[in-house]
Amino acid sequence: MQVTILFFARLRDITGSSELTRELPDGVNVKFLWDTLEAEYKELSPYHDTVSTAINAEYAKMDGTLTDGDEVAFLPPVSGG
Amino acid sequence: MDIPLFTITRDKLDLTILIDAVVRNLDSSTTKAGAVTSFLGLVRNENRGKKVIRLEYEAYEPLATKAFEYISQEVQHRWPQICLALHHRIGTVKVGEPSIAIAASAPHRAETFEACRYAIERAKQIMPIWKHEFFVGGDIWIEGSKTDPEDELAREEAYRLACR
Repeated sequence: MQVTILFFARLRDITGSSELTRELPDGVNVKFLWDTLEAEYKELSPYHDTVSTAINAEYAKMDGTLTDGDEVAFLPPVSGG
Repeated sequence: MDIPLFTITRDKLDLTILIDAVVRNLDSSTTKAGAVTSFLGLVRNENRGKKVIRLEYEAYEPLATKAFEYISQEVQHRWPQICLALHHRIGTVKVGEPSIAIAASAPHRAETFEACRYAIERAKQIMPIWKHEFFVGGDIWIEGSKTDPEDELAREEAYRLACR
């Protein structure tokens, strides 16, 4: 299956992309995807415990299951206001 | 013109239109507005001992809309007569300019103060918005809270700050 990944703020700086697509095995969760990306971009590691996620623009948990065509966002700690 | 209660905009913020929006919104229901409390957050000229030049904000807009819905529902739950509006600016915001504007209306004043404070605390905790600070000598992404609208401890902390 294929998913689209969105990166924001410093995560975008680290990966060099605001949007990527990845092929993933069916039935994996967000954490699997994050761990894959962390292996690819070492600088993501400090965000291991502080990153949040959304699937199709809805707040989600790292154990949320992905399906084909999902848009997954990775959110570093927020600083609005 | 119909002013949205929540918006993310690249334009300068105008508190008066939020105040109009929350007063009009409440006046269209059975109870009329008797009070409005408003909050404006400005870009400060210094942060952590550094001289700030400007901030650049970005947002994940569709999720920010959901975050506002969460905050509005929480406010409605605790203060049922409140109407809340929140506008956040993105893009470049210069020192002294507002980055966030909030207005809360209700029939009586006490709950408007509490709800307004609660809304800014919750916005800072959960809104998927980030500030990139440009200061004399460099730049840095500011990182605050891990965003989780269901984090009960964060919610309680915001409530404590609003009502202490």
